[in-house]
Amino acid sequence: MTDLTDLGVKAIRDGVASGEFSAREVAESFNANVAAAQGALNAFIVATPERALEAAEAVDAARAKGEVLGKMAGVPIGMKDLFATEGVQTTAASHILEGFVPEYESTVSANLWKAGAGMLGKLNLDQFAMGSSNETSYFGNVISPWRANDGGNAALAPGGSSGGSSAAVAARLCPAATGTDTGGSIRQPAAFVGITGIKPTYGRCSRWGVVAFASSLDQAGPMARDVADCAIMLEAMAGFDPKDSTSLDLPVPGWEAGLSDDLRGKKVGIPREYRMDGTDPEILASWDQGIAWLKDAGAEVVEVSLPHTRYALPAYYIIAPAEASSNLARYDGVRYGLRDLPQGAGLQDMYAATRAAGFGEEVKRRILIGTYVLSAGFYDAYYNQAQRVRALIARDFEQAFEQCDVILAPTTPTASFPLGDKVDDPLAMYLNDVFAVPASLAGLPAMSVPCGLNSQGLPLGLQVIGRAFDEQGVLNAGLAIERRAGFTAKPEKWW
Amino acid sequence: MSVTRETVAKIASLARIRMDEPELDRMVPELNAILDWVEQLGEVDTSGVEPMTAVIANTLRLRDDVVDADPLTGGGIREKVLANAPAAEHGFFGVPKVIE
Repeated sequence: MTDLTDLGVKAIRDGVASGEFSAREVAESFNANVAAAQGALNAFIVATPERALEAAEAVDAARAKGEVLGKMAGVPIGMKDLFATEGVQTTAASHILEGFVPEYESTVSANLWKAGAGMLGKLNLDQFAMGSSNETSYFGNVISPWRANDGGNAALAPGGSSGGSSAAVAARLCPAATGTDTGGSIRQPAAFVGITGIKPTYGRCSRWGVVAFASSLDQAGPMARDVADCAIMLEAMAGFDPKDSTSLDLPVPGWEAGLSDDLRGKKVGIPREYRMDGTDPEILASWDQGIAWLKDAGAEVVEVSLPHTRYALPAYYIIAPAEASSNLARYDGVRYGLRDLPQGAGLQDMYAATRAAGFGEEVKRRILIGTYVLSAGFYDAYYNQAQRVRALIARDFEQAFEQCDVILAPTTPTASFPLGDKVDDPLAMYLNDVFAVPASLAGLPAMSVPCGLNSQGLPLGLQVIGRAFDEQGVLNAGLAIERRAGFTAKPEKWW
Repeated sequence: MSVTRETVAKIASLARIRMDEPELDRMVPELNAILDWVEQLGEVDTSGVEPMTAVIANTLRLRDDVVDADPLTGGGIREKVLANAPAAEHGFFGVPKVIE
């Protein structure tokens, strides 16, 4: 019998539905992989094998009774520990929320359970989703399952902030996982470990019950082994939610049924400004390869211009911290989480002591930046100017999409790097999201698809960016790349 | 524009984060490096451009003016609201004394 942990979402769902294997067998197999890898990869903050089994048994029972099964029936998944899960600790990888057990379920996770998915556990991440290498978690770094072929065996970054999600999917600890993307946190980690992830249009997935980082940017999405699995899981996650005022009141399209890699009549835009000086030549070569694949799928390739690209990253690093400083004001030691009450302290001292003890370095850095750019006297020069630049970046995309249907670009400027390499230089770390951030600022759907390995044997990803609401166009271009790339590499098991 | 140690101390106090001297000393150059880098936004001509307020055009919905309309976000769930409080007494959040 095949190892069930080699199967993805679609294969598991279909196999459970046809009775080839039971949901319980699937959950047991993945539970075993989660337990075996925990010490080496640190991908999970909390494992919940009993939850996975419970959900699986419910699916098996429903099948035995001949009931209609959900879109994700029998598929156990990893849940990024940024989603509130009722009765299961939710920390956002922070000390300040350590021990917080929500009394409610996020809409996205509730949708997934309703569709028949089960939970293997809560996945590690960068603290409050702030970071690009998963090195800011209070619960320790996640280690990528990949190793470079240079014989050095250096521990590599699984990407951030959804680094636990990416490592867990790549290492076969789960067939799929939730991620959230604020400035690239689904796409960049997916690219680093050779999996597929899509950030849908802003508003497709409800943010209710998701620990907020930067509300105008945060958007949940699936991370899985391939494009079809992402389409299935996104359908299960998305949908209108009256509890989130930014949720899109639109029906969820049948993305899985709409999958096609026939791109005849479609135009693919290649943004001139993404060909930046100093980009890794192997990344540029993979991009050229991607262009050739999309032509092969029938698409016409056109050059487009996104003139404000170079300002996206600095605008992001004003807007995101500004929103974070406001969102994270709620962690004050009164309603939930950590409280540090020094002897004889008053209320203000308690706030300051609690936040000093509860937030990590990067979170503090961003709260300070955010507080500064929103403070009287600087608000116009920094925050308003950044929001004006953001409007120009969105306009660039609108104009580009008058000439093309989707845009193709690299996902990241480099392949994964060793843990510790950039941790002392916040700016160098921020630059990792240079290709991912513009689409986030414009709220557009964007995905990363693995396209090959570099000379060090590490995965590279290609990014497809689409028009607002056109997840289908993005998925289809992704599928065209996937079919032609034939990417089957997986990390050699050392853990 | 560059921040001084005093400015960082002021921001930290506005952000309600206690910072000791060595931590302030560490933050000053880091914040300055980031602020120097974001200065480049000043080069962009944004005259006549409105700051973005909504990333995807959407109208603000208002819910019906009904008490406890939603079972998840409505009222009547005091026990749940207080369940994670570091200190709760008599159905309220407990905080250090604020009035002498």
